[in-house]
Amino acid sequence: MSPPATRRGLSRRALLGQGLGAACCLAAAPLVTPVVLAAAPGDNRLVVIVLRGAMDSIAAFPPLGDPAVATMRPGLGRIEGVVELDDRFGMHPALKPLLPFWRRGQLAVAQAVATPYRDKRSHFDGQDLLEAGVSDTGAVHDGWLNRALGLIPGATAETALSVGRENMLLLRGPAPALAWSPGDTLRLRNDERGLLDRLYAGDPLFAAAAKGAVDLSAVDTAGARPDAKGDDPIARFAGQRLAADARIAAFSIIGWDTHVGQANAMVGPLGRLARAITTLADTLGPAWDRTLVVAMTEFGRTARENGSAGTDHGTGGAALLAGGALAGGRVYGDWPGLAEDALYQGRDLMPTADVRHYPALALRALFGLDPAALGRDIFPGLDLDAGPQFLA
Amino acid sequence: MATPESIAAFRFGYGFRPGEEPLAAEAMLAGVPAEARAARGSASTIEERAAVYRRFVRLRRQSDGDSAAAKAEVTRARREIARGLAQARAARVAAAVETPNPLYERLVWFWSDHFSVSALTPLAQAIVPAFEPDAIRPNVAGRFVDLLRAAVTHPAMLEYLSQSRSVGPDSAVGRARQRGLNENLAREALELHTLGVGADYSQADVRQFAELLTGLSVSARGDFAFRPDMAEPGAEVVLGHRYGGKRPSLADIDGALADLARHPATARHIATKLAVHFVADAPDPGLVDALADAWTGSGGELMPVYETLVAHPASAAPLGAKVRQPFEFVVASLRAAGPAVPPPGGAGHPAGVNPVAALQRMNQPIWRAPQPNGWPEQAAAWISPPGLTARIDWASALAAAIEADVDPRAFLDDALRDLASDETRAVVRGAAERWEGIALVLASPEFNRR
Repeated sequence: MSPPATRRGLSRRALLGQGLGAACCLAAAPLVTPVVLAAAPGDNRLVVIVLRGAMDSIAAFPPLGDPAVATMRPGLGRIEGVVELDDRFGMHPALKPLLPFWRRGQLAVAQAVATPYRDKRSHFDGQDLLEAGVSDTGAVHDGWLNRALGLIPGATAETALSVGRENMLLLRGPAPALAWSPGDTLRLRNDERGLLDRLYAGDPLFAAAAKGAVDLSAVDTAGARPDAKGDDPIARFAGQRLAADARIAAFSIIGWDTHVGQANAMVGPLGRLARAITTLADTLGPAWDRTLVVAMTEFGRTARENGSAGTDHGTGGAALLAGGALAGGRVYGDWPGLAEDALYQGRDLMPTADVRHYPALALRALFGLDPAALGRDIFPGLDLDAGPQFLA
Repeated sequence: MATPESIAAFRFGYGFRPGEEPLAAEAMLAGVPAEARAARGSASTIEERAAVYRRFVRLRRQSDGDSAAAKAEVTRARREIARGLAQARAARVAAAVETPNPLYERLVWFWSDHFSVSALTPLAQAIVPAFEPDAIRPNVAGRFVDLLRAAVTHPAMLEYLSQSRSVGPDSAVGRARQRGLNENLAREALELHTLGVGADYSQADVRQFAELLTGLSVSARGDFAFRPDMAEPGAEVVLGHRYGGKRPSLADIDGALADLARHPATARHIATKLAVHFVADAPDPGLVDALADAWTGSGGELMPVYETLVAHPASAAPLGAKVRQPFEFVVASLRAAGPAVPPPGGAGHPAGVNPVAALQRMNQPIWRAPQPNGWPEQAAAWISPPGLTARIDWASALAAAIEADVDPRAFLDDALRDLASDETRAVVRGAAERWEGIALVLASPEFNRR
């Protein structure tokens, strides 16, 4: 039995097949997951990309002159086609599409960074701290981006929205935010909408989700459809929203937990990261000049390769910065070296800076957040003067 | 007022099925051991599934620079893996829909999530469907140590957490082929499967445990094998206990798993997870204490722990503290649909109702959790605008397939019994069409919470 045309379901999307293309293709590429977006006054844009699974910074941005690489990584240390960034560091060939940005001063690397998380090396605690912005797992309640939204004048409930199937901790918290994911559009007749409102009237969680679904069905979703160019659809959607009203976006890329066969395993996620950034630049157009992208991971990986041509969970890592708001074309941070006695606990790259420095300075410069509030409420315990000035 | 049986049906089962009287929680639990015993009798499919994968690998190797015909063979082999996974996923939904013992199925889900493996690579897609029948289903009613051992040594887990590639650096294989340790399974077994991340263990324990686990391997046929030539010689000290030292043997690993299984931190960790999964995102600390005590008191026998769970006053509290995860929601709605919608994979199942695809849209594809810690428990992780949109779409499609002569008010009485609020009853009565009323029942907060 098939329903007559008038019985198209509370949401007609599924039965009309509208948006199914996006839904299917995003599902087929689940390695780039959520996007959160927020509108704020001004013209500056911030994009936060969470690299889930712990990116190996030593392979992503190899220290070319460090003699310890050969002994620490007899197999993995030799990467064919590394792109030279400067006389000290290179870039993995899978990131080569980003070289033009480097040349234009719109790409930078922050080396030897870490969150305050140490020693247990758990992905999940590490990601929680990265997104909560705090230094202790006991203090994980909400996301630093949510707390920051609360301090940006004019970033209201109506303008903050989260896009994606997964709720990122990064934007979880008291500042109201909505979620949306490309391809999911709830279209209702007026009377249906009234029924849903009544159905969920007594349940705030369901009521907020339903309201968000209805509101966001008005958003133009064409940008989220993948096209023949092989753009990253999530990044393109984020870029289009940022080019319009949104000013803050965040999403994550997974697949970095390269315990086995890292030489091959890293190519996919690095390519997705490069594609996300090039897609953002393409879709943002002139607004790219006022954009900063910060790509961060929960921790780095072991200096030594492990017994299966991969690397295990480490400590110090790297962040990748991009965008026209950046004083780029350079590598930031103090490089401690990979010599045995320079390593953290004899196994990991020694962190020499707090990775939170980069999003903190970005929030100050791009959205005028008060430094005292940043070091107290957004990133508790962070000394904002302790790191480099990296913005243009 | 909801009856205890209604509360139990939602908290410990998959809701109501038309024509079936709900049982008390204790009676639901009584059916669990027999299901586990029955699962012990079914033969593993691991070798046959691994063979499908090996055929794919062989064809791919042979097709290098070869004819279009050879490449088409590779594509066919790849599709065979995908088809096997798709069929197993549909069967997984059907098993939960059709079971006479829903609490058993809920426990299988809980433990499969606790020992999460993900069908990411072609190899994993081929063998992951064997994991639950081999390792979880026979062991959910026995001792935790047996469940732990079965899960941690299953080929799907050894592949997923890289253990099959971990070699003792001073073992015969390690020296001959310059291979060495991989910490992945050792770390996650301590952090996720047993002690929990808050427990008092160190990086040195992870490293020593990784050395101890060397030798756990997968045979050429695809089943489990212990390989002494891959095992690191010498003793290892994990959490202050010394294991091995003589000829490497599986018994040393079993000894360490047994000690981890009886560690108080493990009892506490899993007691908390059980309370969070079944009762509340922020559970009553008294319930967690009672479960941990039952665990310790029984030496890790699981049935007494479940008995404590279902009998605890916190488990009789009104429903609503939890949101049904997508799998639970989809299964519960298919059970509520009754015989009008035959289970997926079977004859007569309506084409427009695809639970496997719906779960993908709800961001919970079967056996495909994004990270080894499994699926989130918190309500807010699931009830987002896209998550709720996907649920409403599913409810609409299923309602259209059910509709025929079903009155939405009768459907509401069957699907929610005494759990429906007056408001939901009024909204369903106000629906303009039958399918719409049925969809509203399935989309209601009462049906989506427990």
